[in-house]
Amino acid sequence: MKRFLLAIFACLTMTAHGAQFAIVGAKVHTMAEQGTLEEATILIKDGYIQDVLKGSQTVRGYEQINAKGKVVTPGLIGAYTALGLKEVGLSAGQVDSSVDMEHAEHLTSLGAALDVSYAINSDSSLIPVARIEGFTAAATNIERSGFLFKGQGAIMHLTDDDALLKSRAFVSVDVTNSGADRVGGTRAVMWPTLINALTEALEFDNEDWDGMLSKADAEALSHVVAGHIPLLVMADRKADILQVIALQQRFAKLNVVLVNGVEAWRVAEQLAQANIPVIINPEYNLPGGFDRLGATLANAGRLAQAGVDVAIGMETHNIRLATQHAGNAVANGMPYQDGLAALTSNVAKIYGMDKQVGSIKAGMSADVVIWSGDPLEVTEAAEQVFIKGQAIEMRSRQTELRDRYLDLEQARPMSYVRP
Amino acid sequence: MHSTSLLQRGLVIGLLSAGLAACGGADEPSSASAKAKDAVQINPDPFPSTYQPIPSATTVIQNVSIIDGIGGLLENASIVFQDGKITALGNDIVMPENATVIDGKGKWVTPGIIDTHSHLGVYPSPDTRSHADGNEMTSPVTSQVWAEHSVWPFDPGFQRALAGGVTAMQILPGSANLFGGRTVVLKNVPDRTMQDMKFPGAPYGIKMACGENPKRVYGNKGGPGTRMGNVAGYRKAWIQATDYKNQWDEYYTKIDAGEDAQAPKRDLQMETLKGVLEGEIIVHMHCYRADEMTVMMDVMQEFDYQIGSFHHAVEAYKIADKLRDNNVCSSMWADWWGFKMEAYDGIRENVPMVHNAGACAVVHSDSDIGIQRLNQEMAKAWSDGKRVGIDISKADAWQWVSANPAKSLGIFDQTGSLEVGKNADVVLWTSDPFSTNAQAEKVFIDGGLAFDRNDPENWPVSDFELGQIAAGDVK
Repeated sequence: MKRFLLAIFACLTMTAHGAQFAIVGAKVHTMAEQGTLEEATILIKDGYIQDVLKGSQTVRGYEQINAKGKVVTPGLIGAYTALGLKEVGLSAGQVDSSVDMEHAEHLTSLGAALDVSYAINSDSSLIPVARIEGFTAAATNIERSGFLFKGQGAIMHLTDDDALLKSRAFVSVDVTNSGADRVGGTRAVMWPTLINALTEALEFDNEDWDGMLSKADAEALSHVVAGHIPLLVMADRKADILQVIALQQRFAKLNVVLVNGVEAWRVAEQLAQANIPVIINPEYNLPGGFDRLGATLANAGRLAQAGVDVAIGMETHNIRLATQHAGNAVANGMPYQDGLAALTSNVAKIYGMDKQVGSIKAGMSADVVIWSGDPLEVTEAAEQVFIKGQAIEMRSRQTELRDRYLDLEQARPMSYVRP
Repeated sequence: MHSTSLLQRGLVIGLLSAGLAACGGADEPSSASAKAKDAVQINPDPFPSTYQPIPSATTVIQNVSIIDGIGGLLENASIVFQDGKITALGNDIVMPENATVIDGKGKWVTPGIIDTHSHLGVYPSPDTRSHADGNEMTSPVTSQVWAEHSVWPFDPGFQRALAGGVTAMQILPGSANLFGGRTVVLKNVPDRTMQDMKFPGAPYGIKMACGENPKRVYGNKGGPGTRMGNVAGYRKAWIQATDYKNQWDEYYTKIDAGEDAQAPKRDLQMETLKGVLEGEIIVHMHCYRADEMTVMMDVMQEFDYQIGSFHHAVEAYKIADKLRDNNVCSSMWADWWGFKMEAYDGIRENVPMVHNAGACAVVHSDSDIGIQRLNQEMAKAWSDGKRVGIDISKADAWQWVSANPAKSLGIFDQTGSLEVGKNADVVLWTSDPFSTNAQAEKVFIDGGLAFDRNDPENWPVSDFELGQIAAGDVK
């Protein structure tokens, strides 16, 4: 069956762009108004979703892809990654997700102006590894920085070219223990620095700037305080999260997203009231520091039950494991649909991309995954992934290595074996 | 699973018969001379286990699907355990009197999960510098240190692992050193002291490390600074250890012959390596790359010792045949890759490909998070294999997390499978443990109920968490 499907997809790869086709018969989680359809037909034209019809339909002029018995979701979106910015992190040369502060001072004093959209390498071997497992887009940004801010992140499609969906899409800041450690060694320095920076950014004037912030930092933050792009704030303990909520109230237009939020469940109601979404690793349940004592596997479920929008997926090389993370969130009390939304529509919403990606409805980019079964089950897998209506080749460096070594009995040395 | 490597080589049997009883040739009281009586004896067990099982009731779990851990799946079956041991299992058992009977309809029973690679207690939560005691990074050869002397028994990670069905685990030193020190096997019954958790009769292991960690740590501290420097370091140490062993052998030979003899000076570093050469201490070697593992198997042949397991073994799939031929297990992740160069060639099918070649495959965690869901790590590897045509039964796959780890730790005679006479280390799962939704409902260690998901009042809570936020909460 799989080989048969692959044969069809191989043809599509060459003809899909600009073509029209229908994915027929699958159970479809639209993550939109239509909800979950037990059996549906998705019409795709020129790289966009054209329509979603109930039942298995034959529509004239649309090549049919039989997906009966399969499950279809929107392409998954990596919520918090450094994809495209690093290949191998340790002792292996250049890493664009890590900042050398010494040479950044002419640009920035607080790190807000850093811009990863210049650094994305769409040839990274990590991208095929992620996308053959259902990830079609990702938020990507600096991981390590000694600055207060981690700079301006980007949203990318996991394609080989034309990858950038949105540059300067958000700004990140870390106010956990480790954030405070880097900025003055105490929250008593870090928080006033953060509040002052945002206050000053309210006054940013491109023509005439003589504030304390560098002009580049002020400009980056001006989009944040105007609410054009979200501010991602990493915080874990309850006291810090309450400060994050207060920050949102202090700046009327600020659009805050809580990241990590190990103790977020303790203030779930307040987060829901303040309409602050949370990006978490739901499997984190250890008191790894004194600001994470309340860690629990119930975090995601408790947040979702309180009405907080939760996104799941904080990884880079293994962002593909976010489906397992979401599955475990569901196993520990998160409603199933929230588990799927945490990988798709909620991520799109957080980044203001929900008119383009994260759901299956007319007008959306045709980023679609056909799964062998329930995507939150560890034993199921993506069988075919489409990005912008293109059936991607379901190969990565890893599948090549696998296929080379599947049979160790070879007449010639392995380097002559081409899978 | 056909690769019972350690058993086949007799290593484990050797360990159990001679292992902890006495050392060297000293177990021959026949030479009744005064000299023999006064011979220096090295206590092989100076930090003895004080483990006591949790009190247990005679227990029957019936109407349940049982994976026995040696390749069998019994549907609609029952298991009985009494006084800490499994006394019956199958479809036709005699119901004992006064037993606690648990209806397992729709549920699954498996052997307890055993993790060959954990740093719980030595790198505990909270992750503070003052508690980071897992790696004696002061010299490339630190075979004199013992991980058990760093274990902090109040690491809340033990309780978390218990909720994931883990009944025993090996705690290792870190991987900065060529020889990192002795490992210790613990029962996952968190208690006041390390000795209270120590697995009675489990042989010691030694942690060794290949590759980029030693060269990174010691490159600017006198070396090794290269992989060839690493190998020179192992060989130098084995030459020294062989010499040390010979000195002791000579000493006992003389004593046995009734001659005067001066005992060699004790050397803790060499004592551990001598234990390896004598087959009493099992080598657990952090090694990612196929080429390096192959070199290490040559070093193993050169100095005539046995590697129990390569750990991480991200490229084991490239040399699965050689691993099989050398009877070396591979302790692997399901899908970790790429965080450093030696992990760059990681593939999802590593575990099933090693199994399929007839070599011994183990799924390990090396993670205080991953240890909580080793069943899922196994399930991923199982399904990834299936998708490329490697058809392994669920019952066989379960051996990656129980029987094979037990074999590679030298404790398979006691645990790792559900067989009559073995320790009742048993997990009752809410459903098929190959599903993300399944959770360990009850975990029995030596028949004692160590964890019951439905009884929050009796969940274990570590000293560190007691009196803190959310103590006793769902974790």
